[in-house]
Amino acid sequence: MAIQATARGQLSLETDVLVIGGGPAGTWAAISAAAKGAKVILVDKGYCGSSGATAPSGTGVWYIDPEREKREEAKASRYAMGGQLAEHEWMNRVLDRTYENMNKLGNLGYPFPVDPSGKPHKRGLQGPEYMKLMRKLVQKSGVKILDHSPVLELLADDYGVGGAAGVNTQTGDAWSIRAGAVVIATGGCAFLSRALGCNVLTGDGYLFAAEAGADLSGMEFSNAYAICPTFSSVTKTAYYSYASFYYEDGTVVEGAGSKRGRSVIARNLLAGRQVYAKLDQAPEDLKPLLRVAQTNFFLPFDRRGIDPFRDLFPVTLRLEGTVRGTGGIRIVDETCATKVPGLYAAGDAATRELICGGFTGGGSHNSAWAMSSGSFAGEGAAEYVLKLGDSAKSRSLRGLSSQSLTSASADGGASQSRTQEYVQAVQDEVKPYDRNLFRTEQGLSDSIGRLDGLWKAQRENAVSVSAEGVKAREAAAMTATARWMYHSALARKETRGMHKREDFPTIDGGQRHRLISGGLDEVWVSTERVADDAASQERQPVKESVTA
Amino acid sequence: MIEVVSQSRCVSCNQCVSVCPTNVFDKGEDGIPVIARQDDCQTCFMCELYCPVDALYVSPDSEGVMGVTEEELEQQGLLGGYREKVGWGRGRVPVAKHDYMYQLSVRSGF
Repeated sequence: MAIQATARGQLSLETDVLVIGGGPAGTWAAISAAAKGAKVILVDKGYCGSSGATAPSGTGVWYIDPEREKREEAKASRYAMGGQLAEHEWMNRVLDRTYENMNKLGNLGYPFPVDPSGKPHKRGLQGPEYMKLMRKLVQKSGVKILDHSPVLELLADDYGVGGAAGVNTQTGDAWSIRAGAVVIATGGCAFLSRALGCNVLTGDGYLFAAEAGADLSGMEFSNAYAICPTFSSVTKTAYYSYASFYYEDGTVVEGAGSKRGRSVIARNLLAGRQVYAKLDQAPEDLKPLLRVAQTNFFLPFDRRGIDPFRDLFPVTLRLEGTVRGTGGIRIVDETCATKVPGLYAAGDAATRELICGGFTGGGSHNSAWAMSSGSFAGEGAAEYVLKLGDSAKSRSLRGLSSQSLTSASADGGASQSRTQEYVQAVQDEVKPYDRNLFRTEQGLSDSIGRLDGLWKAQRENAVSVSAEGVKAREAAAMTATARWMYHSALARKETRGMHKREDFPTIDGGQRHRLISGGLDEVWVSTERVADDAASQERQPVKESVTA
Repeated sequence: MIEVVSQSRCVSCNQCVSVCPTNVFDKGEDGIPVIARQDDCQTCFMCELYCPVDALYVSPDSEGVMGVTEEELEQQGLLGGYREKVGWGRGRVPVAKHDYMYQLSVRSGF
């Protein structure tokens, strides 16, 4: 199996809390752990500040005044759409923490716009600005950041997770970090589909967690597709609420739309008919507002000389997988702990079913979840380590990679092209709309057969501790993710949230439970009761005293 | 995809080498960064945004190279356009603060 990571680490560090991933969840985890007095290192596979889905985009935030009526309305808004799998207690906690963190951001210098009374308006964040500030705050907290330092495997002993090992892709140096606790904040998995900012999101954290013995939840809610110009990476589906959809000859595509009409677009594309869009439903006086608010939405159009309000442009549906899905690592308590001691999960790497069930349009709920779960996990990890005391230092750790890691890569381009083949093979199973968007028992079973074979093949290959090896691990993570997705999708014999079964097209009251999955060579799926039956539960009073 | 590093504008700060999330650039021997792994570019425009002298151009096509030249871009005034709109750079106001952000949020709920 994996070689002793301590034997090859050229850079060897020790810390209390190690945070893997430098997006919103990871940065909030880092500053929250540091605020509890923990020594923290944050590693990012790219650059903390530009990596991930948030940095290049604008995003809404589920920021709701703590007035009872407003909170109840906010909680109800996606409850049914999510298939009644969310839990009120969790929604309350996340609304409270998001409110607190957004107010903190304002105090720490985030440039919110102001309303006519001069009060900051906190319903959204601009990614570049937000993540530049978060990097600064992380550094100010005394956290050490290692950029371009992807993890290759977690380290553990019989008592739980105790660190991670990886490689710096710019220097080629291996590194290993011993830590009392580890927070996985590696984002979701968009299968290298080139959705905006998402190519670093390859499900790595799911694989690391599973290799440590953690399980996943809601992996059937993993088939988010964004409307996107065929020639662009910019996946901003919200703006298409102002679009009409047409065929090449200018006739309207009946029923097509950005919300429920996305399936109509998919069915046309499947039938080989290109669909075009035009934002011709946008009122004249709204156009300048739209232009300013999502700066990068217009960038590809402007650079191609297309006026999207007036000109038709071809669209596609780009896979965003679990990034705008809701499945992820299962968390077992309010500190966002996984079932493995010392291992925590936050942001898109963790399941978001607790606040939005089986559906999210991304955006506001995901950003609220990232900043809240990041804080919960950071604080939880710090407290765990402080309780652990000095015993962390004398632990004998081993690497957990299910693929054997080797220090040298000697086969030239062979492993590189093999990795590309694996990536292509996984994409062939998860990208097609008639496999992943419109699911059937037959289609899922066929895919699972091929994906199982792919996993076996990858499992036998040694992976080098190098940039090339990182890509091989990403391919393995994508394969593993696809298997948990499709095994869960096969087990959910109904249509609920974003999970659509062609052979079971309606919701089934008997399946109002979560699906837990896990396993590497043998994938398993089981059910878990939704803790709070909101339908029959009395409404919980919302906390009135939240600091502004 | 990233297509142009302007030799004449670049001040060799190598900020793009640092901030690219997918590690597309290498430091060049002459100090000017090289597009070393263009295939890995995810068209996220972050390098362009962080370039302090508008020396980079990410063409909008995420699937293939369009083959633009620096001269064309200069003529069309396309270098630095994104950074200007985001409001980064000396004397600019971040677009995050823009009044339209508030107005759109109230009107459309985004």
